Amino acid sequence: MTDDRLMIAGREFKSRLWVGTGKYKDFVETKKAIEASGADVVTVAVRRVNITDRSQDNLLDYIDPKKYTILPNTAGCYTVEDAVRYSRLARAAGVSDLVKLEVIGDERTLFPDTAGLIEAAKILIKEGFIVLPYTNDDPIVAKKLVDIGCPAVMPLAAPIGSGLGIRNPYNLKIIMETVKVPIIVDAGVGTASDAALAMEYGADAVLMNTAIAGAQDPIAMAEAMKFAVHAGRLAYKAGRIPKKLYATASSPIEGML
Amino acid sequence: MTSVQDAIHIHVNGQVRTWRSGATVADLLQDLDIQTERVAVELNLEILDRAAFGQRQLKEGDRVEILGFIGGGAFGAL
Repeated sequence: MTDDRLMIAGREFKSRLWVGTGKYKDFVETKKAIEASGADVVTVAVRRVNITDRSQDNLLDYIDPKKYTILPNTAGCYTVEDAVRYSRLARAAGVSDLVKLEVIGDERTLFPDTAGLIEAAKILIKEGFIVLPYTNDDPIVAKKLVDIGCPAVMPLAAPIGSGLGIRNPYNLKIIMETVKVPIIVDAGVGTASDAALAMEYGADAVLMNTAIAGAQDPIAMAEAMKFAVHAGRLAYKAGRIPKKLYATASSPIEGML
Repeated sequence: MTSVQDAIHIHVNGQVRTWRSGATVADLLQDLDIQTERVAVELNLEILDRAAFGQRQLKEGDRVEILGFIGGGAFGAL
């Protein structure tokens, strides 16, 4: 689908499947899974460098930043201050102004603190960041994020790592109808059909980590997700038939004996 | 040429380290075998430009944070 590229803030993305790099067995598996997924955007976290054991490999030795868009996140940040600090550190460590902004509200659900998210987004946008906010499936918050200058929004399908799939399809559909920027469904996907459904509803992309990394065969699941996202996108663009209660014959009556 | 220099104590990623006085941030990274182009450095809560690594000298009690990218999805690999 070369004529169906995703554009965000003037950047073009080839893949509508974006993947995280956490929870893999090792970097070799990470690399193989990302290759199998066909994703060209990978999320990473920002953490202290291990200064005592320098023999450990670096993720970027396996994920070439020239080949992939590296999207740093602010995972693990529970306050506006932390999210802003980590975003600035990510920009200083990397090469771009992109950040996947997370302000987490609660340890058990990892649901976003949407008030904090909007506040942090405002600060970062003023500093020139391209803020891709991880948000709840709340159409009003999504609209507010767009109004303050986020070039895409990333509503969750379900709690991070839960694998529950899309828990509120109607809210997601409302977000897709009311918000005129790309929608990237982020978090909560469990298997390929969840990803396909998100795309069929009209999502512009899907971001996932655990569904792939936590599968019994991550590399096979990465490939399944690639096909699911592709199939869902094609189906969305093709336009599905309306659902009806009663049958409609596919074969003509004419010519019957 | 080399004179005996005073040792300083600095905090690097939360660990107290003894370092030579007059060392710069760039020296510290080199001694720790860390590639500068892959990390961000915060010195006493101030994020440094890479260009400043060679100029900023460390002094007693400094708090240095060296951060880089690790595997992470929505909640990192923690």
